[in-house]
Amino acid sequence: MDELEAIKVTFFQECEELLADLEGGLLAMQDGNDDGDTVNAVFRAVHSIKGGAGAFGLEPLVRFAHVFETLLDALRSNEIPGTPDLTALLLRASDVLADHVSAARGLGVVDMDVSAAMAAELKIATDPNAAPAPVAAAPVEAAPQYVDAAPIVIGADEGLDDDDLGFDFQPMTITLDAQAADAAVLDGNVWTVSIRPKSDLYRKANETALLLRELSRLGPIQATLDDSALPTLEFIDPEAAYVTWSVRVETDQGEDAIREVFEFVDGDCELEITRGEAPVAEVLANLLDVTAPASAPAAIEAPVEPPVLAAAPVTELAAPAPAPAPAPVAANAPTAAPAAPAAKPAQIDVPGPGQSVIRVDPERIDRLIDLVGELVINQAMLAQRVGEYGIAPSSNLAMGLDELEQLTREIQDSVMAIRAQPVKSVFQRMPRLVREVANMTGKQARLVMDGENTEVDKTVIERLADPITHMLRNAIDHGLESPEERKAAGKNPEGVVRLAALHRSGRIVIEVQDDGKGINRERVHSIAVKKGLISPDLTLTDEEIDNLIFLPGFSTADKISDVSGRGVGMDVVKRSVQALGGRISITSRPGLGSTFTLSLPLTLAVLDGMVVDVAGETLVIPLACIVESLRPKAEEIRPLGPSGHVLAVRDSFVPLIDVGLTLNYRDRSPAATEGVVLLVEGEDGSRAALVADAIHGQRQVVIKSLEQNYQQVEGVAAATILGDGRVALILDVDAVINLRRRGPPPPSDPTLIAAE
Amino acid sequence: MTEPTPTSSTETRELISFRVGEQEYCVDIMAVREIRGWSPATTLPQSPAYMRGVINLRGAVLPIMDLAARIGMPTTEPNVRSVFIVVQAGDRTVGLLVDAVSDILSITDDMCQPTPDIACENVRHFVRGIISIEGRMISEISLDRLLPEREALAA
Repeated sequence: MDELEAIKVTFFQECEELLADLEGGLLAMQDGNDDGDTVNAVFRAVHSIKGGAGAFGLEPLVRFAHVFETLLDALRSNEIPGTPDLTALLLRASDVLADHVSAARGLGVVDMDVSAAMAAELKIATDPNAAPAPVAAAPVEAAPQYVDAAPIVIGADEGLDDDDLGFDFQPMTITLDAQAADAAVLDGNVWTVSIRPKSDLYRKANETALLLRELSRLGPIQATLDDSALPTLEFIDPEAAYVTWSVRVETDQGEDAIREVFEFVDGDCELEITRGEAPVAEVLANLLDVTAPASAPAAIEAPVEPPVLAAAPVTELAAPAPAPAPAPVAANAPTAAPAAPAAKPAQIDVPGPGQSVIRVDPERIDRLIDLVGELVINQAMLAQRVGEYGIAPSSNLAMGLDELEQLTREIQDSVMAIRAQPVKSVFQRMPRLVREVANMTGKQARLVMDGENTEVDKTVIERLADPITHMLRNAIDHGLESPEERKAAGKNPEGVVRLAALHRSGRIVIEVQDDGKGINRERVHSIAVKKGLISPDLTLTDEEIDNLIFLPGFSTADKISDVSGRGVGMDVVKRSVQALGGRISITSRPGLGSTFTLSLPLTLAVLDGMVVDVAGETLVIPLACIVESLRPKAEEIRPLGPSGHVLAVRDSFVPLIDVGLTLNYRDRSPAATEGVVLLVEGEDGSRAALVADAIHGQRQVVIKSLEQNYQQVEGVAAATILGDGRVALILDVDAVINLRRRGPPPPSDPTLIAAE
Repeated sequence: MTEPTPTSSTETRELISFRVGEQEYCVDIMAVREIRGWSPATTLPQSPAYMRGVINLRGAVLPIMDLAARIGMPTTEPNVRSVFIVVQAGDRTVGLLVDAVSDILSITDDMCQPTPDIACENVRHFVRGIISIEGRMISEISLDRLLPEREALAA
């Protein structure tokens, strides 16, 4: 069972990729890129999900996927035209399909009403005349018990419902839809195709009936089944394939077209394509000579006499193959024109089986990253020791060490690259979100995404989803106007929300931009005053007003909507972003829209820091916070109040903070002129001048958690291990500034709050 | 791996005993990961006095706790003979600074007496029981209670 579970897990992983491909393809179609390849990729994605789901007996998923697939099939064979409405329908259907997959996985439930309604919509779209399938479905149970060639007609839609493992060995004859008979024009282009499926074909959830149906698109076919290789029940392997088909195809297309039909089962069946009216029996004999298993006694007499009926409806003599999923033939011959573009080999987005991708447990990679971190530390230790022994830099040993250092760095970069992932995995969830939010708020929104392939460390990716979700919701709910308002303002009723990711100076920047009305500064200001967040007589710049929306408890929505506007939105985003060492800002232009910009470090595993000495301890200050470092002159330091000092930096005054004092390393601070001052900027933009005793230099350090074995320590963000093997603490600059602020009574100056 | 709950009184357990000041204490051997010689620790700011700081244990940041100070005795002055015992307490690994490791004891639970009801709150809190062996009195430390609860600092 474990094995099965493992396969199932893989299936769901694949499902996720397939759903992403599906959505990607549909979005491409929405953008007008609806060539055959895209439609085929979309079809294949749904088909693969259905196939896998069938193997695991996930009934509701299979049923829905089947209806979906039928529509896509019709679309790809140009039976129905692709329209923007249809694409929108398909997109919504893909959402329902994703719900089904989640439900099958045990995550959440599917609203069956929604699913049924969607299925009905899909069916109507498949057949615009809303007429039932041309020939009503005859129950398959009516299959003849014996070998007489009683024709049965089954409708296309019902094929799957009887997917049972009944050992139905009775050969039966199925007559395909009579429409196809009209096309039975003999033009001399006759091919004989022998198909001998191997067990693997069924194991991969393929089906001969679909192959035959595909063949019938090329022209009228006559299919004959040979089941003479079928052993008696006691010798039968229920999962093996024993039967052989011989198909006579009349088509004006070449051998390539026929081969293309079998593209997906390449290697899983023995295929023989010969031109001309090869006597069926002869072909069969050939095949059997080579492949008939010696141990298989031909017990069940096969209807060796093929019913060759001149000018008869296309006939297919079928026996359900004794395979795991011997779905009774679901055959639906399309109308005469065999114009269906058969599946093309070009695989655009769907990862084919040939593309080798290794799935690795993330824990293993984390372990590897830890080990490489150790290696880096060890290498630094070695270098330091060698330095201590005074070995000449030109000696072999020192040169070897240099090489080691370079290698170590390369290994570290490569290992980090393993964990780097494109932000696509987060972005691809967003189109659905935008659709849903737009629906809920009655707005028209189109999401444009940019830079999906921007790579960032996995640890960061996982934490990107929430802020982005919030920002997008906010952009649609608060940013975009209703279609009427937009029309009145002379804009396209459909608003555009742009989500972009890019690398900028060693950080990843996420931008969410809308072309809505922009921030109503007057209202924001009055609300902030009303809620007592700022004092009424304060004059704020436009930028400061814009940033008011990040204040806790701020909400501008007139009424609280389901989507956003509980007043917990933007300040939560801001805090979670800051917790990651990131920043968020907003720019807005009235009438033109607003842009949220989020900037985050590329990884949470390593950090560039400045190593400093404070009261005999070694500390690391994140480089991202440091604006500049300087040696203060005595006249630049001014006392302020009973104990405080400020530093005059050009024209502004910055509070001077002695790190050693703040962290209780010492009781009284030495004169700041003896130390080094690091001008830092907190996440909220506030500045401070940190006093340290000495600076050792810049270094990339591996971040180690303190919480793992101890707990969070105020003023300390994390720990790291330096070249000498000792632990150094990484300073939490914001916390240090706050600790200092808490010393004197908290500032009552409202501008400080507003600036946050 | 927490301390195994005492089962039957005849089942033997092994303990590692060590010296803290002039007293002897012990912990269950199953909780002990390793014993290491003293190396200077990096001081943690804003921490209780019994936290000596953190050291690098093969890449992991290991907090070092002064056991004497934790129990309420004067802090240990580490010397060359001082060691720290790396123990697993709950899901955390901690180093306990002690004066010296004595030996390994094999005891059954009936050798373990409840902690006498003496005034010191700390002792009652951290000592699971007292073992009398060969005229020595050895107190067994309750590891689960040594580390402070993780406090989530307000963001």
